[in-house]
Amino acid sequence: MALTTLGRISFPNARTRARTARKTRRFGLNTLGVLVALVTLFPIFWMISTAFKPSQEIYSLTPHLLPAHPTLGNFSAVMSGQASGIGSVWLFFRNSLLVTLSTVVLASLISLLASIAVARFRFRFRAAYLIMLLVVQMIPGQALIIALFLDFNRLNLLQSLPGLVLVYAAQALPVSIWMLRNFVATVPRDLEEAAAVDGAGSLRIFWRILFPLVAPGLIATSIFSFITAYNEFIVALTFLGQAHSDYTLPIYVTYFFTRGGAQWGPIMAASTLYTIPVVVFFLIVQRRMTSGLVAGAVKG
Amino acid sequence: MVDTVTPQPAARDRAAARPGRAGPPPGARFRSLVRRYRLAPYLLLLPSIVAIALVLLWPVIQVALYSFQNYGLPQTTGAAPVQWIGLANFTATFADPEFWLALRITVLFAVAAVSLTMLVGTLVGILLHQLGRVMSVIVGTAALLAWATPPVSASVLFYWLFNPDGGLVDWSLARLPHWLVGSTDWAGFNWTTSGALPAYTVAVILVVWQGFPFIAVAVLAGLNTVPAELLEAARVDGATAWHGFWRITFPLLKPIFLVLLLLSVIWDFNVFTQTYLLTGGLGNRDEFNLSLYLYDKAFTFPPSYGLGGALALILTVILLIITVGYVRASVRQGALT
Repeated sequence: MALTTLGRISFPNARTRARTARKTRRFGLNTLGVLVALVTLFPIFWMISTAFKPSQEIYSLTPHLLPAHPTLGNFSAVMSGQASGIGSVWLFFRNSLLVTLSTVVLASLISLLASIAVARFRFRFRAAYLIMLLVVQMIPGQALIIALFLDFNRLNLLQSLPGLVLVYAAQALPVSIWMLRNFVATVPRDLEEAAAVDGAGSLRIFWRILFPLVAPGLIATSIFSFITAYNEFIVALTFLGQAHSDYTLPIYVTYFFTRGGAQWGPIMAASTLYTIPVVVFFLIVQRRMTSGLVAGAVKG
Repeated sequence: MVDTVTPQPAARDRAAARPGRAGPPPGARFRSLVRRYRLAPYLLLLPSIVAIALVLLWPVIQVALYSFQNYGLPQTTGAAPVQWIGLANFTATFADPEFWLALRITVLFAVAAVSLTMLVGTLVGILLHQLGRVMSVIVGTAALLAWATPPVSASVLFYWLFNPDGGLVDWSLARLPHWLVGSTDWAGFNWTTSGALPAYTVAVILVVWQGFPFIAVAVLAGLNTVPAELLEAARVDGATAWHGFWRITFPLLKPIFLVLLLLSVIWDFNVFTQTYLLTGGLGNRDEFNLSLYLYDKAFTFPPSYGLGGALALILTVILLIITVGYVRASVRQGALT
């Protein structure tokens, strides 16, 4: 290091050359970065832009980047239910929210219990259980859907939101448990032991010590099960069939889309309304989300 | 929480005190049972095991059974008896040229989508690593938005972008010089109904757009763990950035790459939502991948749950083979400790 510093000082020309090279490099990298960001954002921009265009602009021979005469007509057609013919977008919003939140609560509860077992105890089938989780999360949804459809038909749970919640919660479990166990494992056992020595019962220890410390992990797994349930397609498509009033948002958008008529304005308005909440949610929880997911990806 | 493998002093005292009392309440008896046989972990696992068994494991077993039966609509209502028909569903599947077409489409799509997603993701990950803080946040946020877009929204959106009637892509291609885009008449070119190649080109672009951010963020996290001194030392010794990447960074990130590769293969092999929407429901039989082919066999009237089951089994076996690789890669990383 000392040698190179000496060299730089004695050759001022080389120094400026190095600085220019650095500047050029930085400029190139930033240009590349802007390009990547623009290309990545463009489809989303186009969806929102189309949603605000009146139909003669949507089908005009020369597309405009921004709507020349922005309109809320597409949104009002979606909200009144007039565009899809099966109901207002708010109905499907409500369905999606109900399914998603119930899934999050159920999956969090079950996976917290399981992750405590896996992180705090050494028992006989522990490794087998963990491997089972890994294998089970790989089972393709398409392979299950036939039997699930027939079983839930017998149980009278098709065309109902509780049926969906059951499936989504179970599907979220393997990854949730896998993620959560790392969080439980980081809670120092001494803390719990100290509380036990002081006479705190199991429940008290759980609420006062373990729960607050595991809460960040629970948030991460909740985000995961939220996204899975909010985006889920094949089970909802198969289960809900013609039960229009029970449609979740993705099935509503699909119905709208496959019904034909190419109402791109209202379809893009519906997609925008479906996309915005999850995107905003992501931006808010961004840091936690990526770190949690990366931990999941790197560790298993 | 107290009931760990080595009982805590306080807990042991309480357990010892219990037999002295006459007729312990049922709750206490249950608790001592749990303690004596170390049932606590199993009780905690019970809800998850029940849920997973009912919704994930039992259906797989059922589907495996259907695949050896003539299970269809009459059998579900009891109008006709369920018969064991041996391997007939499998021989019927293997004799169907549509199956082989679907398999070919699935494999080619997975190869194209996985390699492009990995390539783009890794390059963007390296870019994020090199960028300054502000630019890195901008690019990272853009990538996050693409990743966060629900698959149904993204598919509908790409269908619209590639639509022959008012879509932006055809309009742009028609305005580019012929030497660049070939002599096809792009104005009004229908990407989604002109056979598997154009339809899956759109699908690959869509899947790469949605998938690269995850790879990029994971690669970035991996790059941050590579000690800077190592690369610095290599640079001082005269190694180029290219050499530094392949000789130092890549070997260190290899386990992460392996897991990401396997996950991508599994995801892209399974793809359903995007292809279902892009190929127009189940409208175009020559654009089926294995998932669509399975779904069509099982649910298009008249439904054949037996044939669908056979296909589900084939799909699951292929994925299990890949999964074994995934588990082994995870174990090698010490995920089970």
